[in-house]
Amino acid sequence: MTSARPRADVALELADDELIVGWRNSEWTGIAPFLEEDVAFSSIAQNEIGHARALYDLAARDLGATDADALAFDRRPEEYRCAPLVQLRLVPDWARTIARHVLYETADAVRIAALKEHGDAELAGIAAKIEREEAYHRLHAEMWLARLREEERFTTAVEELWPHALGLLDPELRPALAERVGRPEVEAVERSEPGKEFAELWEEMTMVRRSAPVGAQW
Amino acid sequence: MIWEVFRQERKGQAFVHGGSFHAPNRAFAEAYAREFYARRQESVALWVVPREEIMSIEEFPDEFDLKYRRVDGYSIKGRLKEARARVGLTERAHADAAASPAPERA
Repeated sequence: MTSARPRADVALELADDELIVGWRNSEWTGIAPFLEEDVAFSSIAQNEIGHARALYDLAARDLGATDADALAFDRRPEEYRCAPLVQLRLVPDWARTIARHVLYETADAVRIAALKEHGDAELAGIAAKIEREEAYHRLHAEMWLARLREEERFTTAVEELWPHALGLLDPELRPALAERVGRPEVEAVERSEPGKEFAELWEEMTMVRRSAPVGAQW
Repeated sequence: MIWEVFRQERKGQAFVHGGSFHAPNRAFAEAYAREFYARRQESVALWVVPREEIMSIEEFPDEFDLKYRRVDGYSIKGRLKEARARVGLTERAHADAAASPAPERA
């Protein structure tokens, strides 16, 4: 996340992560382990999509001739830059879902803190706004972590997803994440062209928009 | 474990019961209370209380029907005001009105 990269690039990568993790988390809506959690987890998912929207808006202004919806839904699957961690379909495994949630929120805290110091004031401003909501996501993630940290299914899931979590961050931010999580830095699962699991998500996510006639207003 | 939530809409107002939810401990209760009762800034403050900590009192025996002990028996403020308006605000009228309140109006 160096200042040398165009800010549209930085925003787009982060927006893709937020949109897709929001989408994946929203797959629990209606089927979370209990009602209260259903509402809370769905609400967090909505927040993430809200963050994606703010970042897509910024990217769209820089790129020109596009808008947030087009960036979110009109690109080809292979054009998305989201990290492998957020692409995984984890329903109906709540232990793995919470493991991803904890890792994602922790990694997000590291990169949002770095982004707040970004040379571009507008990008830094969005990061500061996102940070205020992420504080509650972390509160939620931490209470689940405290609840499940001794559970084998959960620790196994964290172990499994840890290389994916490292792949969310640029290499220079990874040591900070390793320190926070208390795990050694291992070889990360890097961003690459999205695979089959993502293609299925994309089909579902863009279905309504693709079915609409050209020029339809929302 | 069931938690009861009391919410305040504006600073200085009384807290009003908002509802209840299940949560296994205080940390979950805080997260859920924020999520359900303050996410859209609809509250400025919350009280979140384990239901079992609330003392509930529901029986108030009044075997001898002691109506005269209730203050509503003496509610003549409205009738006084009405009477004063009708006869004007002289000292004399004031005293008369207090002594024999005007009959109830619909």
